[in-house]
Amino acid sequence: MTGTILVSGPHAHGAISVSRTMALVMLALLPATLFGVCIYGWPALNLFLVTVGSAIIAEAGCLKLAGKPVSPYLKDGSAALTGWLLAMTLPPWAPWWIGVTGSLIAIVIAKQVFGGIGQNLFNPAMVARVALLITFPLEMTTFVIPKPLLSSDAPGFLQGLAISFGSGFPVDAVSSASTLGHVKTEIGRHVPLDTALAPVFDKLTSFLGYMPGSLGETSALLIVLGGAYLLFRRIITWHIPVAMIVSLLGLATLFHWIGPETYPGPLVHLLSGATVLGAFFIATDLVTSPVTPRGQLLFGAGCGALVFVIRSWAGYPEGMAFAIMLMNALTPLIDHYLRPRVYGRDRKGEPLVYEQERESAQ
Amino acid sequence: MIPALLSLTTLGLLLGALLGIAARFFKIESNPMEAEIEAMFPGSQCGQCGFPGCTPAAAAVVAGTAPVTLCPPGGRTLAQALADKLGVSADLSGMEDKPPTYAHVREGLCIGCTKCFKRCPTDAIIGGPKQIHAVFRDACTGCEKCYEVCPTECIEMRPVEPTLQTWYWPKPSEAA
Amino acid sequence: MKLFKISGGVHPDDCKALTAKSAIETLPLPALLHIPLQQHIGSPAAPVVRRGDQVLKGQLLAHSQGMISAPVHAPTSGRVMGVGNYPAHHASGLSVRTITLKPDGKDTWVSSEAIPCDPFKLDPEEIATRVAAAGIVGMGGATFPSAVKLNLRTRYTLKTLVINGAECEPYLTCDDRLMQEHTAEVIDGIRIMAHALGVEKIIIGIENNKPDAQLAMETEALNYPEVSIARLPTRYPMGSEKHLVQTLTGLETPARGLTADIGVVVHNVATALAVHDALRHGRPLLSRVVTVSGGAVREPKNLRVLIGTPVDDLLSYCGGFTSTPARLISGGPMMGQILPSTRVPVVKGSNGVLALTGKEMASDTPMPCIRCASCVRACPCGLVPLEMANFARAGDLEGSVGFGLMDCIACGSCAYVCPSNIPLVQYFNYAKGELTARQRTEHKQLETKRLAELRSDRIEKQKQAKREALAKRKQAAKAQQQEAAEAEA
Repeated sequence: MTGTILVSGPHAHGAISVSRTMALVMLALLPATLFGVCIYGWPALNLFLVTVGSAIIAEAGCLKLAGKPVSPYLKDGSAALTGWLLAMTLPPWAPWWIGVTGSLIAIVIAKQVFGGIGQNLFNPAMVARVALLITFPLEMTTFVIPKPLLSSDAPGFLQGLAISFGSGFPVDAVSSASTLGHVKTEIGRHVPLDTALAPVFDKLTSFLGYMPGSLGETSALLIVLGGAYLLFRRIITWHIPVAMIVSLLGLATLFHWIGPETYPGPLVHLLSGATVLGAFFIATDLVTSPVTPRGQLLFGAGCGALVFVIRSWAGYPEGMAFAIMLMNALTPLIDHYLRPRVYGRDRKGEPLVYEQERESAQ
Repeated sequence: MIPALLSLTTLGLLLGALLGIAARFFKIESNPMEAEIEAMFPGSQCGQCGFPGCTPAAAAVVAGTAPVTLCPPGGRTLAQALADKLGVSADLSGMEDKPPTYAHVREGLCIGCTKCFKRCPTDAIIGGPKQIHAVFRDACTGCEKCYEVCPTECIEMRPVEPTLQTWYWPKPSEAA
Repeated sequence: MKLFKISGGVHPDDCKALTAKSAIETLPLPALLHIPLQQHIGSPAAPVVRRGDQVLKGQLLAHSQGMISAPVHAPTSGRVMGVGNYPAHHASGLSVRTITLKPDGKDTWVSSEAIPCDPFKLDPEEIATRVAAAGIVGMGGATFPSAVKLNLRTRYTLKTLVINGAECEPYLTCDDRLMQEHTAEVIDGIRIMAHALGVEKIIIGIENNKPDAQLAMETEALNYPEVSIARLPTRYPMGSEKHLVQTLTGLETPARGLTADIGVVVHNVATALAVHDALRHGRPLLSRVVTVSGGAVREPKNLRVLIGTPVDDLLSYCGGFTSTPARLISGGPMMGQILPSTRVPVVKGSNGVLALTGKEMASDTPMPCIRCASCVRACPCGLVPLEMANFARAGDLEGSVGFGLMDCIACGSCAYVCPSNIPLVQYFNYAKGELTARQRTEHKQLETKRLAELRSDRIEKQKQAKREALAKRKQAAKAQQQEAAEAEA
């Protein structure tokens, strides 16, 4: 019986576990991922599998090296989820070594070196993406026009293998810039916004996602559906996504009103790039975001503002990864200063005093 | 290149001179650390550390002539706290984690020689010449001075047991 | 009635169906009773009987000591077998001073000189005195001496008596059955307490998972316009005194304060019944209702049990175990404590004995914290449990206090929702205990210093006295010499 084990209560537990949480997130990502694989073909699938696989292998290796028990930590699915999120942000026809390098950076450098799960300061997938972007700018900015999986002009299975593992991007294939990339270049050439946007931006296409972009980022519809599912299952709360989107759209509206020729409007910002993926899946990463509702609102607002700033005035067309990493660095500070109000105390931490007590004291 | 070299060298020399002046004119004479260290000691002046009291022991620890592990009644907790405060690393492996004890007189063997109560630093032993001695448990600090001198070895050191009022939950040990 | 929302809290599966429909059964007299002298918050009671004494049912066995204490009475007639140490009803397994009583089977009441009278004609002080003499303590589990709570009217302006019929812990149904089976007596006890407190408004809070109890109490309360029933939403920890009052009044009890600070006193349903027994029939607190439940118990029941009955007897009456339980708990699964053995006796605060299977506990090996903040969302007190536990684990107890450790009510909501199965409440219990232990050590150090100084003063004085005596002798000898010299000259 219980005589030997000295454990305190509670002696009941909800039906929650880390692996279940990760599994639900992966479920929410599934529609957008499948869509990405479908529109970009075999090379996308290869890249996805390689990235997730190398993330899992990297995690197992690190755990073994650290002397920790491998099985329970692998089973919680956090490494697989990191690999999955990283794959979503990679160009769909990138070669296999991009996926492997990215996973290694994400798991080994951004997660295990910090102390393993729960200890990392920066979002591992974003660290990897930024490192890849800076080191291999060509491969990381080469996007393709969608070619549905089994259609006639899409690469076949063997050709897909060749693209991913072999000679790389075929010479005769058509590469394309992403929406934001194109707009930034054109604005840089002083082309008016409407002319720049016309060939690349159509509201419906952007919403559905049938356009050039990263593997899983393009379909705003499917990602928002996944995000709604996560909110419904209480895996994430509304604070970060709403704060981020409101802040980004607010700034976009303001500047579009000030300079309609140089600043894309709010809808462009919302539907292109990694906005919704970042808002619902990446900024809401549990380990690297603040723990209190007020802190989360501040964090989300900061992310949104930084995304706008980087997209409009900095050297890169897409600012999501940098913005999130910069706000991750501020998370401990936010957690230190923005604490919730304790029951029975006021905002300053002093016990509450009621009117009748003050009266009787007088 | 030459202007850069010159300016950086001048800067370095200037700042170094400033630091030297500060070290000379803003130096602290007395060491307030000694009083702080002494406050951390148990304060029973038992002498087990080899010094005639807690004040000289504190001075020695601050001066570095005595190790932080010098106080047996303070145990590992005190040694670790001293090491943290002084910023030194301490080898605590030699210290046994002695649980707190108190002295108990086995009255059947006591001959009333008064050797023990004269030594007790907190006057925790009552009794007189040719009378049985007894220990006030609350006043006893477990310093063992009485234990060392009893000619009939009738004093034994008993561990302080937790009661329902003093017991509390141990820290959970987890895999993480 | 308007109800306010509390933030946080959890919604565990209440598992009350196991015993909700079982009427209270009276446990037959056990072979031996072990009555601890400390079954309440405060100083232990001091025994007035010795080994070999014959006692009658209801006779005083030990009187209270000090302001915060409670007496202990004989639950049945019999012979005192001894006053000594016996395992306590406590997770530590430590012993407590206990009176062992062997029932003689006759169950003879002690003769009472008290004349039965209408409690509503008595002074409030008299009611409190009688409640104290009956040994009544908070029967919801806190075991705070009820008479002290009744006397709060002298120091605070009180407006409302709230009766805690929430019983938010899963599995427990003892208060539920009491409200259904002894409705009139409970309401009577409640009204007597309100008279003793000098308040006019009475609210009885009952959770919505007890519709039968709500109906029974509402029907009886129709006779008394000052009594109203509040239908509380089913949420843990609705039974926490501070959160119950917040739900009913919208006011938060100030930190480090009492509900009396906002004019409310809270008492448990079973306490009210004990007050009725004491004031109307002159009977002290001798028994209580205990829910024996859990997946490993063959026949879960609600039992009326004499104080001091070994837990073993309750479990045998319920058919024993169907399988070895994964855990044996006193109280509910959220805030209950593990029982070190089944030899321990039932005490005034035991509202449940649970034998849980592994499946019911649904626990797993702890994993590292992933900072998901589920605990922050679940905490009904607005604290940050993950940071408190981190600091406690690192040994930085002041840091833990900074995040609200002293305001934690140890309800267990945080650990219930933690996906990594971290034993958060144990960290907080450890930290609170360690802080108290450190304060005790500091206090002891100050005392030691004081005693050492006193000793050196004493020795100094002795030396001084010796010097003076020596100086006097020298002077006297000198004076003598001078006299002798003068005499010669």
